[in-house]
Amino acid sequence: MIDVVYFAWVRERIGLPRERVETRAATVRDLVTELSAREERYAAAFADISALRVALDQELSEFDAPLAGVREVAFFPPMTGG
Amino acid sequence: MRIAVQSAPFDAAAEIAGFGSGTNAGALVTFTGLVRDDSGRMQALELEHYPGMTERAIAKIAEEAMARWSLADCLVIHRFGRLTVGEPIMMVATAARHRAAAFEAAEFLMDYLKSRAPFWKKEIGPDGTSWVAAKASDEDALTRW
Repeated sequence: MIDVVYFAWVRERIGLPRERVETRAATVRDLVTELSAREERYAAAFADISALRVALDQELSEFDAPLAGVREVAFFPPMTGG
Repeated sequence: MRIAVQSAPFDAAAEIAGFGSGTNAGALVTFTGLVRDDSGRMQALELEHYPGMTERAIAKIAEEAMARWSLADCLVIHRFGRLTVGEPIMMVATAARHRAAAFEAAEFLMDYLKSRAPFWKKEIGPDGTSWVAAKASDEDALTRW
């Protein structure tokens, strides 16, 4: 089980801020493929992953990164702080 | 070093009182960012953030600035939640021996906060809401560091 969290328009498009996901995905990219196959709202949110960023256990990461040992995956658009 | 991520307003003048004192710093730089209305129709700005990661990401950026410019002290305050036009949204302050280090470190902090601190801005207007898109120039600004 892994916690998946969504922010900004990714959260709005998927329609929830957080969920627990049963997955055997090896990498972030594999998890995205699994989620996108679920329902149209996931497919819409993940349609262009170049427009998204990912954090693993609250550290910015990459879509090729392995998920072994990771507890929390976050998907969000490029940040707009400052 | 002090990091504050808060929804409450802050008073930049009060925050800076005593900042860097007793450190032998010869230069103190502060920057305060205000909510700006580019469209002329904005009613409010809503800032979402990633609790936990926000504090960690800002601490990492601030620690890097402290080490790289040998800062005497460093302060970052960043708000989240609903803000109105003209309100202070964030501030940074740096204290260093000399002004070049204090100015550079403040610019570095600002550049990194823009695209590495997990905040997302949403503009609220009379016809609805829209997420503020990240600018390529903000990402490019990191290459100078």
